[in-house]
Amino acid sequence: MHTMSIVELAAGLHQGEFSSEELTRSLLARIKNLDPQLNSLVTLAEEQAIDQARNADQRLAGGDATTLTGIPVIQKDIFCTQGVKTSCGSRMLDNFISPYDATVVEKLNQAGSVMLGKANMDEFAMGSSNETSFYGPVKNPWNPETVPGGSSGGSAAAVAARFAPFATGTDTGGSIRQPTALCGITGLKPTYGRVSRYGMIAFASSLDQAGPMTRSAEDAAIVLGAMAGFDVRDSTSIDKPVPDYRANLNDDIRGLRVGLPKQYFTEGLDSGVGDRIADAIDVYKKLGVEFVDIDLPNTHLAVPVYYVVAPAECSSNLSRFDGVRFGYRCENPKDLEDLYKRSRGEGFGAEVQRRIMIGTYALSAGYYDAYYLKSQQIRRLIRDDFVRAFEKVDVIMSPTSPTVAFKLGEKTADPVSMYLSDIDTIAVNLAGLPGMSIPAGFAHDLPVGLQIIGNYFDEARLLNVAHMYQLETDWHNRIPAGFE
Amino acid sequence: MSLDRKDVERIAHLARLAINEQDIPDYAHNLSAILELVEQMNAVDTTDVVPMAHPLDAHQRLREDEVSEQDQSSLFQSVAPQVEQGLYLVPKVIE
Repeated sequence: MHTMSIVELAAGLHQGEFSSEELTRSLLARIKNLDPQLNSLVTLAEEQAIDQARNADQRLAGGDATTLTGIPVIQKDIFCTQGVKTSCGSRMLDNFISPYDATVVEKLNQAGSVMLGKANMDEFAMGSSNETSFYGPVKNPWNPETVPGGSSGGSAAAVAARFAPFATGTDTGGSIRQPTALCGITGLKPTYGRVSRYGMIAFASSLDQAGPMTRSAEDAAIVLGAMAGFDVRDSTSIDKPVPDYRANLNDDIRGLRVGLPKQYFTEGLDSGVGDRIADAIDVYKKLGVEFVDIDLPNTHLAVPVYYVVAPAECSSNLSRFDGVRFGYRCENPKDLEDLYKRSRGEGFGAEVQRRIMIGTYALSAGYYDAYYLKSQQIRRLIRDDFVRAFEKVDVIMSPTSPTVAFKLGEKTADPVSMYLSDIDTIAVNLAGLPGMSIPAGFAHDLPVGLQIIGNYFDEARLLNVAHMYQLETDWHNRIPAGFE
Repeated sequence: MSLDRKDVERIAHLARLAINEQDIPDYAHNLSAILELVEQMNAVDTTDVVPMAHPLDAHQRLREDEVSEQDQSSLFQSVAPQVEQGLYLVPKVIE
């Protein structure tokens, strides 16, 4: 059952070929057997999962089921789950049991999905390799000596290893798309404001967005439909109806205009990755797609701008962790300042501390104009590049990552080299646009991801474009050796 | 922009982070490298560019001024490190 898609599993459940409890028990056993190799989950929610599965079986029997009823999911550990630990990959929240559910969790619960557990992740979603987690790195199922990408590395590895048909992720600078690419799965970062951020532990609030991580575009369409929607509890949620993302999956894409930005095809691009992207372009040409060269002249500024905006917002968001109201508290504080400083110093890991310090510096008296204000000005220039491009093209394609998965430990000593691994994904977050990554073959025996960027709220078109490719190719059905 | 030991200590204090003495040189090195990356922004002329607060220029929603939250203080305090009689306990601030 572990190799079946959401669509196939839903058919099996609805036709009574197997129960959700059987499916859930078999995947829980699979995780217990195989995850020690990967470390992709930090919490297994066995009892709750069985309860949810039994409820789902009743719903299925009663005829009141959705496509996701009884379908197992792994939640990134950034989403608050009532009664199940929510650590955000940090020592700071190692003891944290949320008193409420995130909206994404609530919506998937209402749809009847079954949460198997919580996925490992970079601490507070700050990282591109899943090596900053308090619970240790995640291994890439395609080669355990390489990283799965990050920050949603646990989610990506778990879906690639067939532990669950889908997982949730969050994407602030590429944290859904980059691990999706490095693990050979399908993932979508929606338009900023499409999915509620309520109960999703905040990193950089003007960039954070949750989305589905699945094996196929068709499955992503189902999950996004369940996750998306207006939420009064998130002040940046957009009040716009959620379309049926499956309705246009099979639309003919003949005549579709696709932009290829030259700034994403430079000398930093690994030639093996470049070859696979060229192959994908050929597949699309056969489908009648028209390619146009486009110019996004401010692309090179995306990483510098991001490393002001994201740390500034992180330093402000993470000021809530004070050792007083929840989370880690140091032993025997001698006064209030010592309580704050040691709780934060001991509770946060090195990368989180670096980003808090950069943000604190950028926002400190006398530096605001030179850093935060400047970055928000350039952010508009980056956004305007995309707005102009979308006057000429329907979607934009590029590599998701300039390289395949790198070796564990290769970039941990040099934060800037780690940051540059998100060079192809960050601009999309700064502009607030939707972006997808789909598997497009292999280079150096590791998966390559094709990024598809759309105009605001054009998720249905991204899914359509991705689905048409997946009808022509089988990269999304490849399974890593040892996880068949 | 290159940061020295004193800068790192000052920033760590502003951020209320206790950092180890022996880690300061590493922080100074890495934070300086990040600021160097960021400084590529200086080459761009941004005169008259309006800072972008939201990609879709959305504004803060307003609502009626009425009570919308229930009192859940005891539930929220159940995850606090130290509470007594509905109050969060911290080391003594006033002698």
